[in-house]
Amino acid sequence: MDASLKKNLQKIACKVRMGVIEGTYNAKSGHPGGSLSICDTLTYLYYIKMNVDGANPDDPARDRLVLSKGHTAPALYSVLAQKGYFDEIELKSLRHIGAILQGHPCIHIPGIDMSSGSLGQGISAACGMALAGKLDGKSYNVYAILGDGEIEEGQVWEAAMFAAHYGLSNLTAIVDNNGLQIDGAINEVCSPEPITDKFAAFGWHVITMDAHDFDDIDRAFTEASAVTDKPVAIIQKSVKGKGVSFMENKVDWHGKAPNAQEYSQAMSELEAQLKELEG
Amino acid sequence: MADVIKKATRESYGEALRDFAQEYKELVVLDADLAAATKTGIFKKAYPERFFDCGIAEANMMGVAAGLAACGKIPFASTFAMFAAGRAYEIVRNSIGYPHLNVKIGATHAGISVGEDGATHQCNEDIALMRTIPGMTIINPCDDIEARAAVKAALDFNGPVYMRFGRLAVPVINDRETYKFELGKGVVLREGTDVTVVATGLMVNEAVEAAKVLESEGISVQVVNIHTIKPIDKELITECAEKTGLIVTAEEHSVIGGLGSAVAETVTERNPVPVVKIGVNDEYGHSGPAVDLLKEFGLSAENIVRTIKDAMKLKK
Repeated sequence: MDASLKKNLQKIACKVRMGVIEGTYNAKSGHPGGSLSICDTLTYLYYIKMNVDGANPDDPARDRLVLSKGHTAPALYSVLAQKGYFDEIELKSLRHIGAILQGHPCIHIPGIDMSSGSLGQGISAACGMALAGKLDGKSYNVYAILGDGEIEEGQVWEAAMFAAHYGLSNLTAIVDNNGLQIDGAINEVCSPEPITDKFAAFGWHVITMDAHDFDDIDRAFTEASAVTDKPVAIIQKSVKGKGVSFMENKVDWHGKAPNAQEYSQAMSELEAQLKELEG
Repeated sequence: MADVIKKATRESYGEALRDFAQEYKELVVLDADLAAATKTGIFKKAYPERFFDCGIAEANMMGVAAGLAACGKIPFASTFAMFAAGRAYEIVRNSIGYPHLNVKIGATHAGISVGEDGATHQCNEDIALMRTIPGMTIINPCDDIEARAAVKAALDFNGPVYMRFGRLAVPVINDRETYKFELGKGVVLREGTDVTVVATGLMVNEAVEAAKVLESEGISVQVVNIHTIKPIDKELITECAEKTGLIVTAEEHSVIGGLGSAVAETVTERNPVPVVKIGVNDEYGHSGPAVDLLKEFGLSAENIVRTIKDAMKLKK
């Protein structure tokens, strides 16, 4: 990837992370850990990969994204705000009464393609969207982002079977493999491993990716686009809490908001990163 | 009554899907390995490219339907009531109901008349479950003509609809030429002054038969067919309560949460009169021929007659 493009994406991702901290801090609740782990992927998708337009969120020809791991909505809201779907100020009222930004994605929010949050369901809706695209001969692609804990839900595998059976090559599922879920390490809770083998066995084209390296993200999605006969699963190795030192790889930050002191520290860390990128 | 034509509403469902497919280009059908039983096989035969078997995976089927609807399709997700409303409840609630997507759920094999398969497949709780979902429309047609009209009404309505069909062949009681279906409107099939029977599904015919018997014994029975259980026709039910001062409800469903509950909720809010419920009394069914089970569980004209005679004592 071109160096200046890469730097630009890194800057945007850093701002997206700031939005996650801003949102969860003001909400006094929410899920910063798993939001921070998908910021780079979301940035790449919305700025490079997806055919979307913040000014025309309902365009029937647009690419779709279903955040199946809906609890990480702060990351998606943050990238949508950056893209102009709604004003950035909305992040400050995330989860508040009367706010447009609900605790989990809601289809009535500009840019949100599907309500989600009850784990295991978004991937099925993404299958339906991909099937509709195939039926109508449309060229849009559908992306679904799942958690590695989420794939413990049986419905995910019903959907995996369906997508392969109907050859939904316009569907890409991204599994955010940060290795942690609420009760602890995924391998200690009730292991969904081996993840790559499972998707391969279900008939998917499987790609592994470093979720925090834009060159590797670009490589993975470029490979995904070349697949024309089956759905693609990108298993992204990620760091829960990525970008905020005290949140990284800490399961405690799955579903806890930063307090005032933690907010300040997180923001100053991200500001320093941004400054370095801009410098 | 030797000339009465009987037909299962599930068959009407399959035929209606096929017959409306030409007019409604976005109509697609999903099933979960039960196409032969739900009768979506009739549609599949005519429009194989618009039929998608999801395998035995109802949760995913409901989610796929949601995604299709989000992209402009009108999916009919079809399976037995037990799996549509029961197994997939939370997916229907969160992936279809909450985003208010234009998904139609065709739930067949509802109620005790499933027969020999027994309790695991006799869903007497689906209306109760679906009623709790905000924005869900529920239609429970009484015969072939109404079932077909229900499918048309669902196609013309933008939003989630739960349609309930039966396995058992039931008498065709509506007139094909004159029948008009109005979503959310009850139908007065018989005028009466002493008591109103509010019935739905296959109990509508039983209610009409019971009214005939009671008339010969000097009790004037008003019979109302409620095909749309949600939103329920509050105006008509209130009128009936005022007119007859006593209501008996009849449904092939649990007495908890179904038509009887919906009627009682309306009546107690507006004009309290006694409401006596006929339905499955908070118990499981069991195996046996459908017609025998219906009798055993009191889902018959005879039991409506008996219940009304008792209930008349409640009138002030």
